[in-house]
Amino acid sequence: MIAAIATPTTTWYLLLGAVLFSIGVIGVMVRRNPLILFMCVELMLNAVNLTFVALARRFGDIGGQSTVFFVMVVAAAEVVVGLGIVVAILRRKPHATTDDMAELKG
Amino acid sequence: MELFVFIVAAAMVLVGAVGVVVRKHPVHAALSLVMTLFGIAVLFVAQEAHFLAAVQVIVYAGAIVVLFLFVIMLLGVDNAEDLHIEPFRVQRPVAAAVGSGLVTIIGLAIIASRKATVPVVTQSQAVQDAALDPHDGNIRALARDVFSDHVLAFELTSVLLVIAVVATVMLARKPKPGELVIIETPVSVK
Amino acid sequence: MLDLVWLIPALPLAGFICILLFGRKLGDPKAGYFATAMVGASFLVTVGVFADMMSKTAEERSHLRTLFQWIPVGSLKVDLALLADPLSITMCLFVTGIGTLIHLYAVGYMHGDSKFSKFFLYLNLFAFSMLMLVLGSNMLVTFLGWEGVGTCSYLLIAFWHQKDSAATAGKKAFITNRVGDWGFMMAMFFAFWAVGSLDYSVINHSLLSTSTATAIALFCFIGACGKSAQLPLYLWLPDAMEGPTPVSALIHAATMVTAGVYLMCRISPVLEIASNYAGWIIAIIGAATAFYAATIAVAQNDIKKVLAYSTVSQLGYMFLAVGSGAYTAALFHMITHAFFKALLFLGAGSVIHGMHHEQDMRRMGALRKLMPITAITFIIGWLAIAGVPPFAGFWSKDEILLFAYDKSPILWFVGLVTALLTAYYMTRQVIMVFYGKARWNDAHEEHGAHGDTEPHESPWMMVTPLMVLAVLSIVGGAINLPFSHTTERLVTWLEPVVVVRESTTAKLPLAIIAIVVGLVGIGLAIIVYAKHRVKAIEPQILADAWGYDRAVSNFMGGPGRQAFDGLAWADGHVVDGAVNGTGALVRSIAGKVRKLQTGNVRTYAAAIGAGVVLLLMWFVVVRGIL
Repeated sequence: MIAAIATPTTTWYLLLGAVLFSIGVIGVMVRRNPLILFMCVELMLNAVNLTFVALARRFGDIGGQSTVFFVMVVAAAEVVVGLGIVVAILRRKPHATTDDMAELKG
Repeated sequence: MELFVFIVAAAMVLVGAVGVVVRKHPVHAALSLVMTLFGIAVLFVAQEAHFLAAVQVIVYAGAIVVLFLFVIMLLGVDNAEDLHIEPFRVQRPVAAAVGSGLVTIIGLAIIASRKATVPVVTQSQAVQDAALDPHDGNIRALARDVFSDHVLAFELTSVLLVIAVVATVMLARKPKPGELVIIETPVSVK
Repeated sequence: MLDLVWLIPALPLAGFICILLFGRKLGDPKAGYFATAMVGASFLVTVGVFADMMSKTAEERSHLRTLFQWIPVGSLKVDLALLADPLSITMCLFVTGIGTLIHLYAVGYMHGDSKFSKFFLYLNLFAFSMLMLVLGSNMLVTFLGWEGVGTCSYLLIAFWHQKDSAATAGKKAFITNRVGDWGFMMAMFFAFWAVGSLDYSVINHSLLSTSTATAIALFCFIGACGKSAQLPLYLWLPDAMEGPTPVSALIHAATMVTAGVYLMCRISPVLEIASNYAGWIIAIIGAATAFYAATIAVAQNDIKKVLAYSTVSQLGYMFLAVGSGAYTAALFHMITHAFFKALLFLGAGSVIHGMHHEQDMRRMGALRKLMPITAITFIIGWLAIAGVPPFAGFWSKDEILLFAYDKSPILWFVGLVTALLTAYYMTRQVIMVFYGKARWNDAHEEHGAHGDTEPHESPWMMVTPLMVLAVLSIVGGAINLPFSHTTERLVTWLEPVVVVRESTTAKLPLAIIAIVVGLVGIGLAIIVYAKHRVKAIEPQILADAWGYDRAVSNFMGGPGRQAFDGLAWADGHVVDGAVNGTGALVRSIAGKVRKLQTGNVRTYAAAIGAGVVLLLMWFVVVRGIL
């Protein structure tokens, strides 16, 4: 019966993706811990993945899914390198936050 | 049925996302992230991207979040962050504005394009045939697409992964005495 | 032969470059002979071109030789082109001819000078510039030569620059010339604005409005005043006598100072269609200058200064002719003046050389026995300038007085009085230098002479030019005798190029009056200076040149200097202030903008986020995505 009221259309998925993306953006701007910052970036990437998959289904184009495939690969690589940098920084300054990394101040 | 699945999965996604942003403790944030990722995986299944759902769970939730937790534990940065203080006073209002602006505009764009016509996509016959197969049609179609149309990108991503691994090993290792340090941080923490 | 016209300026230029590279090696006197040979070769080419031109009909005599396109900028197209027509070739003839003679003379005069080859370097450069001036087919090439001769004049006047007075005189010449050059430049601007071209052929034959033509003519006249030493810009010429005498002869008697007259004759068609008052202004200034300078010459004691003021005066005659519309008469007088004035200057140089660089006439006297050739040639020059027939000066001066009478009897009268004064002061000079008692012995105790105290005749290379010029001064009038149309050769030769007028007045009565006046002047001078019957009137004010020089210096030193100081202050504070202020402003803005670089990742993220939202809004609002 509930199913009879409405089936989720593509629009719903896209809207969910948009909301998830915005939450990720807010997170990047607000959090100071570098690791949590990375997690918010992951949120944004996932929102994008969701959008691609929804549209792939809508248009019947498998290309959207292969895009998601590659996005995941690249996201993985990015996380690896990023965490490597974070490790290198935090090893010297154990309680550093992003606010402390301001050497490029003009 | 699909509606129910959608609502549950969406709830997981949103609660997890909000949790990542607001939790003080990094480990809690990581676990919220897991919930989000799992919700996304469910949504992938609902969109008939079965292979991607599997990859999502294995790679994202399995590998990446574990990597996060490893780093958190290794470095002992699991102390809670004080969310009440904010050095830049404008940062939070700007963040709120940006976030709401984004969701508004993108949302409106999405709603406005509901009546958009479906573009005609001609995929190769093999891909179409594979898509029709009910059992592993999705993975067949996806494989056909990746390994024929996008094979160059595929090769390049493999190179990318190698580079990423090598770079990280170089970046993160403890320097031997007298060796050039890649990242130097002379400023002390307050 | 006509296409070889480019060789005429090229040969002195080649001489300049060769002496620049090898002058010191050639030394005294080879560098001098080389320079003379170059100008002499140029003279031969000019004669060839002249002969070629003579064989053609009157219409075919103009030949334009374009060397290359000099300035092709937008609508301004100026070529480096040489125009060989009767007027320019006439000028070239006497420039190169007299130039060669003076080069030869200078080999003897400058013998023993430490900067011997440099002198000839400058002389050749001068020859090149002057030839470019007269051969130019457009105003810009003429201006090139104009500035070139001005520069060479400066370099040569200040040749003995260790002497303060010489260096100052050089600067004075250059700066005063510059004031005149402003006039020339304004004329060029007007011409380009009105006609769109600087070519003489275009300017002279286009329909200019009266006001434009007047403007061009008067601005060119301002330039001519500077270059040809008319009131009020004449004051550099007497001081220019600081230069060596060959320089005075070549530049300040025969060639450079005639550039102004040449320019006015070149644009004679423009002057004809200008307003009436333009011609009146030129004629009045010319007559006034002639009279003014003649009065000063009466009281001068330096042998060269007398000749300098005499030059100013004779140039005044030429402008009187130009103002009266008698261009051929002006050119005729220019040619004869070149002959006898160069002769007089070279003779004076010979006297100075023989007197071991004594220039004060009061210390000379009775030189005609010791320097016979100099004396005879000088006397011939004196007769020519005094206007005694049949010497050259009489014919040309008479032509001018004739046309001056046509213009206005008052101008004619002023010219007549000036002729009397000319005869008077030149006779005075001849008597003081060559006749009377020998006064140079009295001075020699203070002089510290170098052994040989007796004045002597000059060497062959100095005396030969004197003789050649003396012959020319005698027969030079033949080129334009007023008896009939066939004998007026110069007029017919110049007719297609320069506007020609006929005079309506009877020639003979005026000629007789002129002769009488000349003889009266000579007689007066003999009475005063030779017979000593009347005391000489040489008031101090005339010797001081009516105090004009001092007035100019006072003005420049006083209010002039204050004006310049004010300008300097404005430049320092306003102009520099604007420039420095801009720099300071940029710095302060940069200092404020610098604060955007916080170095903090989160502010950058906030900025990126805000930017994304704005970009999306632009898409929505402008492109109408929604």
